[in-house]
Amino acid sequence: MEIFYWPLLDLLVWGFVTVYLSRFRQNLPGFVTFFIGALILWDILFRSHQGISVSFLEDVWSRNLLNLFASPLSPAEYILSLMTVSMVKLITTASVMALLAWIFYSFNIFLLGMALIPFILNLIIMGWAIGIVTTALILRFGQEAEVLAWALGFLFMPVSAVFYPVAVLPSLLQTVSRFIPASYVFEGMRAVINTGQFPVQALLWSFGINAVYILAAGLFFKWNFAVVKRKGLLVRIGE
Amino acid sequence: MDYFSVERMFEPVIEVQGLTKVFPSVKAVDTVSFHIYPGEILGLLGPNGAGKTTIIHMLLGLTTPTAGEIKVFGLDLKEHREEIVQDVNFSSTYVSMPNSLTVKECLRVYARLYDVKEREDRVSELLRTFEIEHIQNRLIRHLSSGQQTRLNLAKALINNPKLLFLDEPTASMDPDIADKTRRLLRRIKKERNLSILYTSHNMVEMEEMSDRILFLHHGKIIASGRPQEVVKSYKRKTLEEVFLKIAREEKV
Repeated sequence: MEIFYWPLLDLLVWGFVTVYLSRFRQNLPGFVTFFIGALILWDILFRSHQGISVSFLEDVWSRNLLNLFASPLSPAEYILSLMTVSMVKLITTASVMALLAWIFYSFNIFLLGMALIPFILNLIIMGWAIGIVTTALILRFGQEAEVLAWALGFLFMPVSAVFYPVAVLPSLLQTVSRFIPASYVFEGMRAVINTGQFPVQALLWSFGINAVYILAAGLFFKWNFAVVKRKGLLVRIGE
Repeated sequence: MDYFSVERMFEPVIEVQGLTKVFPSVKAVDTVSFHIYPGEILGLLGPNGAGKTTIIHMLLGLTTPTAGEIKVFGLDLKEHREEIVQDVNFSSTYVSMPNSLTVKECLRVYARLYDVKEREDRVSELLRTFEIEHIQNRLIRHLSSGQQTRLNLAKALINNPKLLFLDEPTASMDPDIADKTRRLLRRIKKERNLSILYTSHNMVEMEEMSDRILFLHHGKIIASGRPQEVVKSYKRKTLEEVFLKIAREEKV
């Protein structure tokens, strides 16, 4: 149930705030659409991240990790299984959120059309990269790092231009946001809603950055896994 | 040649040479060498912190040794870990199962992980063997510690291992179930020529179960042999007395 609880609360609270604000902002077209669309898409990134890091923590909490790593399961297969779990969780959650947004606010996420597919894919890959790095850090630093399973994703929120355009950011943060794949998705979403034009080049750039990040995250995990085995930390977190 | 062929049945299942593990603050295992033969139960004894569990973790590839060589089924563990662990399994009282699954689901998952053929039959057989058939649909989080231990052992046998590491396997069982478990392990060992590395703080159990024992202290082997030989060499009556003497660091 917990995979529905927070997204549902987010949707209700921010959805009604948006409806309320839109009454005073008649000159800002598509305010509700921007806000709820952004909320659903951000949740996809967040769930993708959490699907990996929290699923990993569940193995830690149930003291199952050593059974898994003592089996023929390789670390790469383990990460792939976490990615699959994350995908199942986020599809379930996003479907429920999309349905409720349509029922409560008459917001149809599918108005974004085919653009929705590359948007979602980009967010999922970025979420996976954050999740893999989080998992590696928890393996290395133990309980002290568990909070990252929830917090690390949010670190990228201010520079992802979720609820406002990149142009609003100070110039230094604008530069940072150019290296954040999610910022292209949220800018793209606003472009599609405003002009109906799909920012192909920006999304290709976003996929490129994501490819680098997911590869780097995988390599970081692999290197870190060897380190935790050498330092005896794997068994410490697994027992 | 298949490792488990008749020609190789007298070669050690495990050969450990100069195994050492140094952590920043302690030398947990200090140039330990030993071997285990097919169908043999080797008991690892020693006070807390002696290095027993660290040795098991290194033999499973969960901790990387600082130095030394480990060969399992004649293969170097470093190079052939994936192949080796197909025929190895372990159970530890400090390790548990995913508590959001039911008993049966959990065994199915591990049957898949070890690529067990005829999975359903194997799962049913283990449920019967460990007398956990009646709780097969119960969530693991709702099991008693004794039931969890039995499930751990069932998991440890899911792949019909040739080599088993048991770290205090009967620690949370009542005497009846613990006795049944020991009998079962001895039966399986006999029937299937299973080799077992066994740790326990129950000295009576160690005497009963082990063909040979290794006594560890501060990461070093300080005595080895058949349990009665070790007891005799320390001029004591029981293994427990030997343990107390070593644990209290009396002069041998």
